[in-house]
Amino acid sequence: MTRHRGRAYVFGDNINTDYIIASHRKKDTLDLKQLANYIMEDIRPGFGVQVKKGDIIVAGKNFGCGSAMEVASLSILAAGIPIVIAKTFARTFFRNGINGGLILIKCNTESICEGDVLDIEINSDRTVIFNNRNMEEIECDKIPVQLQSYLSEGGLISYFNKYNSL
Amino acid sequence: MLGGTLAEKIISEKCGKRVKAGDLAIADVDCMVLTDASAPLTLELLKKMKKQELKDPKKVTFVMDHYIPTPNAKIARLHQTMREYCDETGCNLYEGKGIIHQIIPEMGHAVPGSLIIGADSHTCTYGAFNTFSTGVGSTDMAVAMVSGKLWFLVPSTISVRLNGRLPEAVDAKDVILWLAGRLKSDGVAYKALEFSGSVINKMNIDGRMTLCNMVVEMGAKAGIMPFDEICEKWMRELLPDKSFQPINSDPRAVYEDVIEYDLSNISPQVACPHNVDNVYPVEEVEGVPINMAVIGTCTNGRISDLKTADDMLKYYDIHPRVRLLVIPASNNVYLEAIRQGIIERLLLKGAMILQPCCGPCCGTGNGVPGDGENVISTANRNFLGRMGNVNSSIYLGSVQTVVASAIKGVITDPRKLSY
Repeated sequence: MTRHRGRAYVFGDNINTDYIIASHRKKDTLDLKQLANYIMEDIRPGFGVQVKKGDIIVAGKNFGCGSAMEVASLSILAAGIPIVIAKTFARTFFRNGINGGLILIKCNTESICEGDVLDIEINSDRTVIFNNRNMEEIECDKIPVQLQSYLSEGGLISYFNKYNSL
Repeated sequence: MLGGTLAEKIISEKCGKRVKAGDLAIADVDCMVLTDASAPLTLELLKKMKKQELKDPKKVTFVMDHYIPTPNAKIARLHQTMREYCDETGCNLYEGKGIIHQIIPEMGHAVPGSLIIGADSHTCTYGAFNTFSTGVGSTDMAVAMVSGKLWFLVPSTISVRLNGRLPEAVDAKDVILWLAGRLKSDGVAYKALEFSGSVINKMNIDGRMTLCNMVVEMGAKAGIMPFDEICEKWMRELLPDKSFQPINSDPRAVYEDVIEYDLSNISPQVACPHNVDNVYPVEEVEGVPINMAVIGTCTNGRISDLKTADDMLKYYDIHPRVRLLVIPASNNVYLEAIRQGIIERLLLKGAMILQPCCGPCCGTGNGVPGDGENVISTANRNFLGRMGNVNSSIYLGSVQTVVASAIKGVITDPRKLSY
């Protein structure tokens, strides 16, 4: 079982990978620490600087749509954000996120508000969010055990380097 | 036990146990493909791996198609890196032979019943050959190259039954645009689509490739065609000595949904700027002025497509204001078009014939449109700026609609021409 506590930053539907990190920033540098300062800048200027280690992104449907660039999920991680909670994720973003070690949780996010402090508990058979503002428990899609193992090793390459198998 | 869908059965076969929709499977990958647009990051990630020796380099194929011939020194260096890597490891490399999604089937790498991944979103094209084929990221690709395996969430499947008989001047491209207009860009996200019905039963391999190529535009993970006489004939001619295990769904397969359409009365379809699901029947967009018309790409650059263009242009001329670009999808297609006299006739009509490659489809090749210009193309995406200029607009249609529009200089219903 793993537990996380973090503050929610709430975004809408269809947050594409260009919003997550603008293409022109990637032309300047591929240093993730640098890029982390600019995440979401087109839709929420200053977010990358404001966000603190352990904070959580909460979004609507189809998070991470658009081009399949892996640098999007890696920039979120580099900003210190370990978890994204959304109604749904775009398929390639989901793969890239898990492979890079970013925890992605699917649930109905409608009741979560900006600034809510969330406690997240990930078990082998259940993932649940406790919202400290209204004492609500939100049941989430469970994360397959094998993907939890990849996540706890910090991603697919680290996992494979350690166990030499998938 | 209930029956399995095509996706469930192929993935089950490759992971050695029975899996169903929603399960996580660690499956053996039969074929891995990369382009010169996706190889660089994969090669970087491979350096992070303790073990870098490839499980089976013969299952890995690199194709240079986005930047062919090389436009600058930076890309030339990148191509050098790819060549060196393939020399060292023994991976397959195709350079200057055509577009990946044409080359992989032509060279016999897409075999019925197999599981294929590609670091390119249109990898789903090979579903036409009764394979489970899907696009993945660079980390996925690096790990799969070394381990020979990858994780998959087994998708639920939607059975798409296309009934009736396609009317005159309507083909596979119109069918998939019509579906995209109905299902929308994330309408079948994560799902596998299993195609069947009388329209599919009569559709040739080229048409099936066009259909499967664009399932990703509706968010699908894969689109899979049944193994039937048409697929078997194509495979037997290509690989007479190869044994393969085609897979078909069980009669009692469990589908998340069954959608059924009768396509006997649909019109040619056009996707309008700037989304693939912004689709209208051609009669509703007729008259939009066109500056450039493109025939080619991994969606519609095959010999049957070039033959259609040729058949139409035997009776008409290209409008003086329109530039017609024709890009055969592979050298084999190009050679066949030369043998049939198609290339000569298209040149005499004033078409520009480009080296087989991705061309201007995603702005990496020559053919960038000018400011304020409208393009009509047989490609698969019309996003703002896709072809390299945010001040231009892209319309998508079938070869027949593109050629009819090139002839008239405005978007034109091909049913109004006689050919």
